[in-house]
Amino acid sequence: MQIKNYRDFWAGILFMAFGLAFMVFSREYTMGTAAKMGPAYFPTLLGALLTLLGAVISFLGLGKTEKPVHVDPTGWREVSTILLAVIAFAATLPSLGIIVAIIVLIWIAAPASHDFKVRDTLISTVVLLLLSYLVFVKGLELQFPFLPKFLDR
Amino acid sequence: MDILFGNLATGFSAAATAANLFYCFVGVFLGTLIGVLPGIGPLATIAMLLPATYKMTDPTSALIMLAGIYYGAQYGGSTTAILVNLPGESSSVVTTLDGYQMARRGRAGPALAIAAIGSFFAGTVATFMIAAFAPPLAEVAFKFGPAEYFSLMVLGLIAAVVLAHGSVVKALAMVVLGLLIGLIGTDVNSGVARFSFDIPELSDGIEFVAVAMGIFGFAEIILNLEQREHREVFTSKVAGLMPSASEFKQSVFPIIRGTALGSFLGILPGGGAVLSSFSAYALEKKLSKTPERFGKGAIEGVAGPEAANNAGAQTSFIPMLTLGIPTNPVMALMVAAMMIHNIQPGPQVMTSNPTLFWGLIASMWVGNLLLVILNLPLIGLWIKLLSVPYRVLFPAILLFCCIGAYSINNNVFDVFMTIPFLVLGYLFKKFDCEPAPLLLGFVLGKLMEEYLRRALTISRGDPTVFFTRPLSATLLVIAAVLLLLVLLPAISKRREEAFQGD
Repeated sequence: MQIKNYRDFWAGILFMAFGLAFMVFSREYTMGTAAKMGPAYFPTLLGALLTLLGAVISFLGLGKTEKPVHVDPTGWREVSTILLAVIAFAATLPSLGIIVAIIVLIWIAAPASHDFKVRDTLISTVVLLLLSYLVFVKGLELQFPFLPKFLDR
Repeated sequence: MDILFGNLATGFSAAATAANLFYCFVGVFLGTLIGVLPGIGPLATIAMLLPATYKMTDPTSALIMLAGIYYGAQYGGSTTAILVNLPGESSSVVTTLDGYQMARRGRAGPALAIAAIGSFFAGTVATFMIAAFAPPLAEVAFKFGPAEYFSLMVLGLIAAVVLAHGSVVKALAMVVLGLLIGLIGTDVNSGVARFSFDIPELSDGIEFVAVAMGIFGFAEIILNLEQREHREVFTSKVAGLMPSASEFKQSVFPIIRGTALGSFLGILPGGGAVLSSFSAYALEKKLSKTPERFGKGAIEGVAGPEAANNAGAQTSFIPMLTLGIPTNPVMALMVAAMMIHNIQPGPQVMTSNPTLFWGLIASMWVGNLLLVILNLPLIGLWIKLLSVPYRVLFPAILLFCCIGAYSINNNVFDVFMTIPFLVLGYLFKKFDCEPAPLLLGFVLGKLMEEYLRRALTISRGDPTVFFTRPLSATLLVIAAVLLLLVLLPAISKRREEAFQGD
């Protein structure tokens, strides 16, 4: 068995995994009948359909070919930096406040660019802090902790 | 006809209040801004601003502003396409083909002018189309029972699949996965919190904004960073804006054809700006006596698609306003915006909230007028903006998305919730799966289950109810025909060509 399109093959596997997972988790709930559908009815139906579609997609990715289509390499650096930046923002906001969270987000994320420049990032930090203050805190009056908890009384 | 003008008068008097004019301006200004900037689209922007509309007392203002972002982005996107050879929006991908070539020959000004004029003409026609077609469609919608609504959603989702790029089977799978993710949360009938794994926040379901930001916002940023773009901006080349007489003559019919095609494709489920511009480009190339000029700076290749994408963006409001069913992700957000203000989208909106309904429609024409002013005389401002490098831009986008996600419930849970969707969105891109159908499925998941349940309860479990009721059967037959057509090899080949655009 050869794979001619790795993108299709793996997409199919992913869909099958989701389809099966939803079917398995649905078993906790009552199925009911068509006339009196229980909470498990529709998700089980859809889960089965998704598993089937996934199988078809993977199957269509199989076959012999001279030039198989590969999945583009993963940009681990870019993925992990952006992930880390978002997590850091969410983790710092409740206790350390929006100012710290903004600075943390920008300085974790910015170096992900291939032409990261310290000066530009410094300027944009100042601009974004001012803009966030004017738009989100003053303008839209969004509710978030402003300063770190230990400074704010 | 008299009723139509009476309705439009209601609309214009609602749209012309100082507050609504202001929000309309804010909307189209922001729309142009994010349209010009590659890497951020109307979807992420509307999602970011959605929580902010809680604060607005008048839902009409909120919708006017959000709508302005969508069609405003169509104008802004063409500027970037013509000057930088990068699509500012996905709907201006085809504009890069000929618009950029015109810019290289020193005709950037006329290309920008024709794009704006074509868009304005299309916007005007589309405004009247909505005013004329929405009321009769809403009449039909009142006759719908649960079986019809279910079949209509099936048709809508199938049409979205048919019109998506790439593999049909993958798009179908994306829709089904979206439906399933949409089911997460408390089941309204039994009160059971499904797939929530005892996480209290999950029992309310996943926020649409978190899904949209993760899949469209964050995953897009990562992919842009991987690509390491290089830009070449033709800033100094925008000398005169006035097209020559022959350029005008060449553009008249493409603009009219683009408007007609875009207005029609916009109404279709899954349609909207992107499909319209691609199809209009293919049409102009086909009709041209000199197709070899396309891709080398043919003004028809700018005029047709630019008119079409604006017309399509506007007429895609018709199904949302009359049936309450979103046909593309942006419309799904508009539905969410209405629900925030306790307005249940559907055919009753026209009669229960006439100033909102007609005010929104009238504001589109006002917005288009503002856009012409914003885009032609102020073109220099947008060119300046294009010189902002992506390395400065993306942390800002990231920040606004995070704040947007947080402000839905003033809770960082929704920010954390974007992470699984970031990962999913990234994987789907790598596996060539178009994410838009997933988002549509996500919005419709619970509604579809509810209508299925009601229809089957009424019929006592007999599934033939969907085929014995004539309206429902017609909708399902159309869906089946669409699906069959697209699976036929001959058509699917033509479809690939249309989406590749050249």
